[in-house]
Amino acid sequence: MTAPVSAAQEAAKVLNLGARRSRARRRHRLNILVLRVLVAVVGLGSWELGTRTGFIDPFFFGQPSGIAHQLWVWVTDETSLGPLWLQVLVTFEETVGGFAVGSILGVIFGILLGGNKLLAEVFSIYIKAANAIPRVVLGALFAISLGLDIRAKIATASVLVFFVVFFNAFQGVREVDRNLIANARILGADDRRLTTEVIIPSALSWILASLHISFGLALVGAVVGELFGATAGVGELIYYSEANFNTNGVFAGMVLLAAMALLAEALITSLENRLVRWRPPALGSEIQI
Amino acid sequence: MKARSASRNLLFMVPAIRLSGVTKRFLTPSGGVYTALRDLDMAVEQGEFCSVVGPTGCGKSTTLALISGLERPSQGEVLVSGKPVTGVMDGIGYVFQTDAVFPWKTVLDNVAAGPRYHGISNREAHERARDWIARVGLAGFEDRFPYQLSGGMRKRVALAQSLINGPRILLMDEPFSALDVQTRNLMENELLALWSASPTTVVFVTHDLEEAISLSDRVFVITAGPGTVKSDYKVDLPRPRNVAEIRFQAGFTAIYQEIWNDLRDEVLVSYERQKRSGAA
Repeated sequence: MTAPVSAAQEAAKVLNLGARRSRARRRHRLNILVLRVLVAVVGLGSWELGTRTGFIDPFFFGQPSGIAHQLWVWVTDETSLGPLWLQVLVTFEETVGGFAVGSILGVIFGILLGGNKLLAEVFSIYIKAANAIPRVVLGALFAISLGLDIRAKIATASVLVFFVVFFNAFQGVREVDRNLIANARILGADDRRLTTEVIIPSALSWILASLHISFGLALVGAVVGELFGATAGVGELIYYSEANFNTNGVFAGMVLLAAMALLAEALITSLENRLVRWRPPALGSEIQI
Repeated sequence: MKARSASRNLLFMVPAIRLSGVTKRFLTPSGGVYTALRDLDMAVEQGEFCSVVGPTGCGKSTTLALISGLERPSQGEVLVSGKPVTGVMDGIGYVFQTDAVFPWKTVLDNVAAGPRYHGISNREAHERARDWIARVGLAGFEDRFPYQLSGGMRKRVALAQSLINGPRILLMDEPFSALDVQTRNLMENELLALWSASPTTVVFVTHDLEEAISLSDRVFVITAGPGTVKSDYKVDLPRPRNVAEIRFQAGFTAIYQEIWNDLRDEVLVSYERQKRSGAA
């Protein structure tokens, strides 16, 4: 038999439960962090060990300590192309520029074609054709027509970004709940309101999901753009290192690109959480990769 | 209430809604033609609360879509207040069967949507929305998003969203079918209270005969598809009513039996058809 519980005891229990849950959550986060560090230590450690024992040739495959040293030299002294921050800044500008241009155009065209059957039918074949060609080769074209400055890289990056965002925006518009459109029309919404208050918010989760992938693609576009001719940038730094058989330099450049991508990913996630506050948080607690 | 019942007894009034000889056909994805309604005639008086009952797939929802102007009849005529329906018009509210509140808007913005679409300033729209939110019993929930509400609360939002526009005609498509019985009775009583305080005409689609009788002045029975009106019944139970207890009233069982005799055949036809198409 259970004895009757007083209100105070009950409240204490509830408090206790809350504290226990938040403690469990903190412990879980700590565990994940430890495991992540462990993976890095094992991965990099065996690589380093391999090069030291002669299993792996550091000339061809680099060496973690060498990469760290290379980064240290770049940070404290300077790179062969000038100060490191300048290279990072140049690539970041190109990437953000291409990301912005590509995603804005992608959203506009996606919503336009998603909402207009005739336009969609006319243009679908061209868009599919354009999507099928390996678009990075356009970088060569842009280098000729736009020159060696930032515009060519922004163009290359935006072409890569455009299609991903376009297809998502297009699909997002197509998937709008017919009931919501009917409801808005009954409530008195005109076409403009229908677009701004129903279609765009509804397509927004699709569009935001595509932005995660597209920032990475914008980075690819910027780096490839630098391949076709540049005087500065992380991509250029990588090619310069490669030309000098500096494997560690190539890896160090990759580390910088990865850091930039992770930073952008964090920014996009926080933007997403702000814009789609209306979504149940169950989605947010799923495993994110 | 007095003025209301007097106006209801007026003869020769223009009916709020009239459908005459309405047929509605849809093209199926496989290229065939599906007839949802055939030669449907129906008239609803101003201020009347009427229900439409019938077996699944008999075109009840299609009837509402035609009155609202969201769909156009293939043949026949739909008149609202004596004027032909040519598209979505002002003065009509529609509570959908599935959730149709905007998930990205808070309760306040959801309810304020209608006035804002009609060009009323944000401030006034919000003010009126607060008033309606309180009237449907959701005061304190203005800043919640729909996912944070229960099914019954979301229905209240939908109701406030429709009623804030002051519709002359309120169309409701099985609005409470997803709710538990207690919540449902509560909502039904509240709906009746809101309705009796306004001059609104209500067309209420349901598959539940008990719900139809408890709420309505009139019940239309629709045949198994293609739907047409089989019969209509006046429900003369006194108002104000309490839907949770009305079935204990003397008159209730009699009218239930009468309508059910009519409805049962249609339900059986529809059931047999479903079984056959399931077997085929």
